[in-house]
Amino acid sequence: MTTQTPAADAAPAEAGPRPALSPRRRRRLVQGAQYVILAAAVAALVSLADWQQLQHQFLQLSVARRMFPDLLTVALANTVLYTLSGFGVGLVLGLVIALMRLSSVAPYRWIASVYIEIFRGLPALLIFIFIGVGVPLAFPGTAIPGGVYGQVALALGLVAAAYMAETIRAGIQAVPRGQLEAARTLGMSHGLAMRSIVIPQAFRVIVPPLTNELVLLFKDSSLVLFLGVSLETRELTKFGRDLASETANTTPIFVAGLCYLLITVPLGYLVRRLEARHAKAR
Amino acid sequence: MSATEGQPPAGTPSTATGPEEDTPMKTATDTAATPAEPSGAAAATSTTTSTAIEIHGLHKSFGDLEVLRGIDFTIAPGEVVCVIGPSGSGKSTLLRCANLLEQPSAGRVVVGGTDITDPDVDIDRVRRRIGMVFQQFNLFPHLSVLENLTIAQRRVLRRGKAESVHAARENLARVGLADKESSYPSQLSGGQQQRVAIARALSMNPELMLFDEPTSALDPELVGDVLSVMRGLADEGMTMMVVTHEMGFAREVADRVVFMDGGVIVEEGTPDEVLGNPQHQRTRSFLARILHPNDTPATDTP
Repeated sequence: MTTQTPAADAAPAEAGPRPALSPRRRRRLVQGAQYVILAAAVAALVSLADWQQLQHQFLQLSVARRMFPDLLTVALANTVLYTLSGFGVGLVLGLVIALMRLSSVAPYRWIASVYIEIFRGLPALLIFIFIGVGVPLAFPGTAIPGGVYGQVALALGLVAAAYMAETIRAGIQAVPRGQLEAARTLGMSHGLAMRSIVIPQAFRVIVPPLTNELVLLFKDSSLVLFLGVSLETRELTKFGRDLASETANTTPIFVAGLCYLLITVPLGYLVRRLEARHAKAR
Repeated sequence: MSATEGQPPAGTPSTATGPEEDTPMKTATDTAATPAEPSGAAAATSTTTSTAIEIHGLHKSFGDLEVLRGIDFTIAPGEVVCVIGPSGSGKSTLLRCANLLEQPSAGRVVVGGTDITDPDVDIDRVRRRIGMVFQQFNLFPHLSVLENLTIAQRRVLRRGKAESVHAARENLARVGLADKESSYPSQLSGGQQQRVAIARALSMNPELMLFDEPTSALDPELVGDVLSVMRGLADEGMTMMVVTHEMGFAREVADRVVFMDGGVIVEEGTPDEVLGNPQHQRTRSFLARILHPNDTPATDTP
């Protein structure tokens, strides 16, 4: 608090008869106190931490070097592949469900609503276990095409579709009704008006939230861990965990985490850019 | 044409036309009263019927609310009809029934000889012949001005690129916006957007134009440009049905003024008759409120 005393002293001198601090001065005082607390906490952390130990555990270069090139050629490549295939399945299925939710045929709307409620209400992990363990148990002999890749694409896609359907539906409904009417008065059929006027405008609205969904899927792809993957189908999390237990060191997990951030941070930045651009355009 | 009264509905309310727009069932034989229409812009292809639009016993309800309660009227080719009335009187709904943006609950709408309320009629084909201008412009914001004018020509009329661009430029020049073809709607003022919307409708070579309060969403200083474009259209002989609050426009340009209230037509006639010497109390009190909004007390006359 010592740093603030001059300001506190000056207050009554200027304010004259008023004894209490003015709100502005009080706010400055509080802000100063927050800086002091922060500085103290950082100082304590720096002095108490065992930096040698930390570096040994989290950033051991010899261990990190052992991760290459598999980290990129297998783990990161598989993570990206799982994510994109799940996103593809989710987008197609999501578009179908969104259109079902907007259908004039009531049972389609019910089916779509039930689907969305179920798959948004369940943990993604449960879906993975269901696909990886439940389906082979229930239907012995049947195999999802593509092996682990197919299972992941299906599991991620089933979950993503529920979220994407709601996003796409909201995007279509955000296009003013007058757009469809104007297109119809020009003689366009309903389908043509949707394709050439409504859906292009809807997609502009939903690109930011869909990109966000891509980030979520990227992280959810780590659930493959529970499908029992082989060496070739490992992704970042499994890869990091295996190597961590092998070397009894945390560095692989730390590096795997950095790989996630390498993708998710730029994507998040892109989402904010797209949102800002969209806000300006409307 | 100063049609004091539209053509009498002249029988034949029965035979529903097939999906083809130009069934010759109702040719000049039974309705030879009208001379050759002056409409230069109207497609002189097939429809030699004497009415551009005929409405018979039109009812429209939204749930329990009956908005239109039996409308009968006709518009002759080349005629300009202004529909006025208080808000909620059903005038916009009537206009939207004329191209089936609203599905009538009962009654028939015949456009250029085609009964568009017939469930077998291809409404998309009929709508090509009816231009519509909205209060909120409804330009396509993701397309440039030129694309706004060409997309339906190309995708609906199957015109080639050169032909559709040519027609688009011609109509942009007609509304005084030849220099804006590469702009996007968001870069234009409201008045310019509305003129583009008019040009977009004209690019389809409609026989009939519907205007739904085209100047109500505009800043006052931009209204004049839009009205002068509409006046030019009327002078060229376009058949127009205009829902409007612009009494000056109605007085100068309309051949006929229709006053609606409570879902029915209360009074219709020439502008001088309806606006100058209204016969009904409801018309008089409406006009008093519109023309002298400061003089009338705030009490709502029924």
